[in-house]
Amino acid sequence: MTSLTLVRRIKARPSIVFDAVTTAEGIAQWWGPDAGPVLRAEADPRKGGRYRVRFRTLAGTEHESSGEFLEIVRPERVVLSWRWKGGGEDPNESRVEIVLRPIPEGTELTFTHSLLHDEATRRTHEAGWTGSLDKLEARFMGQPIP
Amino acid sequence: MVNYQARLDVTFAALVDPTRRAILAQLERQESASVSELAAPFKIRLPAVMKHLDVLAGAGLITRVKSGRTVTVRLRPQPMREAMRWLSRYERFWSGGLDRLAAHAERKEAEACKSR
Repeated sequence: MTSLTLVRRIKARPSIVFDAVTTAEGIAQWWGPDAGPVLRAEADPRKGGRYRVRFRTLAGTEHESSGEFLEIVRPERVVLSWRWKGGGEDPNESRVEIVLRPIPEGTELTFTHSLLHDEATRRTHEAGWTGSLDKLEARFMGQPIP
Repeated sequence: MVNYQARLDVTFAALVDPTRRAILAQLERQESASVSELAAPFKIRLPAVMKHLDVLAGAGLITRVKSGRTVTVRLRPQPMREAMRWLSRYERFWSGGLDRLAAHAERKEAEACKSR
C-alpha cells in the first residue's frame, strides 16, 4: 500500500468545499501543482461519472489527468480514480479520496492519494499509515514536510 | 515500471506496522544490532520479532548476517528512499493545489455570507 495523506482546515462549510472539489467550475480554480492555469476542466459528479482536467504548469508543460467518480456522498466524501494521460512518470491508475468533516471553524479536509493493487490490503493498512508520514520522512530523509 | 510499483507496495506494507517502524528507527540510531538487542524494547516474544524481521528483510529494508550464533541486523535504506520519492512527488503536486482549494472555498464562503 502506497499512500499519501494531507489534511487542511478550511474556513468554509463542507458543501462549499465539496463543490470546489467536484464541479468543473470549482476544479478549474485550484487543480495542479502550482499557480499555472487549468486549461480545461470537465466533471460529471455522480457515481460512475467521469472527470478530466488539463493544466499547464508555470514551467510551461501541459498535463492531463482523468478518471471516474467511484463514490460520491455530498458533502462528506468523494473517491476518484486517477490516471495521467499518456502515462507520464506514473502509468498506473491510482485513487484519490477526499473526506470532509464539519468542524467549528468550517471543514477539515483529509486528502489521500494512494497507489494500490489490493483494496483489502489498503483498508487494513490505512489506519496504521496515516499520520506516520511526517515522522518517517523526518527520520529517514532529514527533510520534514513544510 | 510495474516492478517499481510492486516494490513500493512491499515497502509501504512493511512500514505500516509500528513495531517494524520502531525496529527501523533503532537501526537508524545504531549502525547494527543483534536480534536480541532489537527485541529488548518490545513486550513481544522473540519469534514474533523474527517474523517482523522477515517482513523487513523481504522488503529489502534490512540485511541480516549470521556469524556464529549471532545474527547482525543492519538498515538498508534504498527502498525507503524510493517510497519517499513517490510520496514527495505527489506531496509537492497536491500541497499547493489544496492551499488554492482552501483559498477558493474561503472566498466562496465569504460571498455566501455576504449575500445572505
